[in-house]
Amino acid sequence: MIVRVVLPPHLRTLAHVSGEVKLEVAGRVTQRSVLDALEARYPMLHGTIRDQATQQRRAFLRIFACEEDVSHEAPDAPLPQAIATGAEPLLIVGAMAGG
Amino acid sequence: MSRVRVLVGTRKGAFILTADGTRERWDVSGPHFGGWEIYHLKGSPADPNRLYGSQSSSWFGQVIQRSSDGGKTWETVGNKFLYDGPTGTHQWYDGTPHPWEFARVWHLEPSPSDPDMVYAGVEDAALFRTTDGGQTWQELPGLRTHESGRLWQPGAGGMCLHTILLDPAQPGRIFIAISAAGVFRTDDGGKTWRPMNRGLRSEQIPNPTAEVGHCVHRIAGHRSRPGVLFMQKHWDVMRSDDAGESWREVSGNLPTDFGFPIDVHAHEPETIYVVPIKSDSEHYPPDGKLRVYRSRTGGNEWEALTKGLPQRDCYVNVLRDAMSIDALDPCGVYFGTTGGQVYASPDAGNTWRPIVEHLPAVVSVEVQTLP
Repeated sequence: MIVRVVLPPHLRTLAHVSGEVKLEVAGRVTQRSVLDALEARYPMLHGTIRDQATQQRRAFLRIFACEEDVSHEAPDAPLPQAIATGAEPLLIVGAMAGG
Repeated sequence: MSRVRVLVGTRKGAFILTADGTRERWDVSGPHFGGWEIYHLKGSPADPNRLYGSQSSSWFGQVIQRSSDGGKTWETVGNKFLYDGPTGTHQWYDGTPHPWEFARVWHLEPSPSDPDMVYAGVEDAALFRTTDGGQTWQELPGLRTHESGRLWQPGAGGMCLHTILLDPAQPGRIFIAISAAGVFRTDDGGKTWRPMNRGLRSEQIPNPTAEVGHCVHRIAGHRSRPGVLFMQKHWDVMRSDDAGESWREVSGNLPTDFGFPIDVHAHEPETIYVVPIKSDSEHYPPDGKLRVYRSRTGGNEWEALTKGLPQRDCYVNVLRDAMSIDALDPCGVYFGTTGGQVYASPDAGNTWRPIVEHLPAVVSVEVQTLP
């Protein structure tokens, strides 16, 4: 499956990409399998979305799929079909900050 | 003619300032890693074009950057800082046990002889080392697992290991400092450690002369006098003449002995510099006057250095890693402020001027003297 992922701007800079990234994901398309594929393709993103020690999503990041916040879903739960087929991108979003 | 390169870490990116040996005209490059906190940048003494940088953010965690061309280009290297073995607990702000949690790298200390070896001081306090140019990092766990570790507690800025001094004369001897635990020394390359805080007195802790618990802000030494150390503690400027075995106060006539950085002249091992700050609840200079104080007697007798520094309405702070000294003659002294200025003195502190004025808040300043 080719999955589309939209990264927050700072991570696009870190990974030297512009726009969304397209990832080949083997097997079931879940948050874990997408992030594993993302980190395999862009090793500099290790630790920036999931904590290196705990593999927990970093507190100030959320993951949106098909206009739903799936951040609190189980990491191995299947993502919506539209994400799995590449019809919709998976959004990794940084918390808004500022006054 | 020699050149100097000043590596500046700020709350929103890194900047590299370069000049020839006159230190009159400065080129500024940056921001590198714009928008990220750059706690520290430092070059390898063995290969000055090899630079390491600590890049972090509350959103995205820790990244380590490496340059092999003096900061023109950078590459990310390893950022996996995993504590070695059970993490145990230290004291939290309320005195309850709290597990060690990695937050960020505060300080990077490259080996004097090997460009691929670097020590990293991290929050929560621990010492890591790489021997492959930053690709992988291993903890030296003897420090964190010291029997006193359960008593260490964070200062307001976090429980950070912020200072690493590699003894130039005795291989295997390393001094580190932690806020708020104090100074520790190893003589066996990091396997075993001893607290080195005898003589410190901190009224903010239950036992003011306790073996650990002191909020040491910075220690510094001169490579020609490895047994002599100088310390800016939370309050008090201190010195040790026996490699940290004991300390005595040398605050002398300073207008306030609170502050963060302390550093030593490049060629005069008894000439030291501090930046007095009014208090721990007012992080700005006394009377709105930004003054560096210099002692030519290893402490106790201090003179204010003011020429070229703002002497009214100045309320910036100078953080612990934000002062550095080059090796030219006369040596240059540099410091950065939370107001985004980097000041330089090309004459060992006699006169100053800002070499860049409108950066984000400066966290760290390191100078390299280049051939």
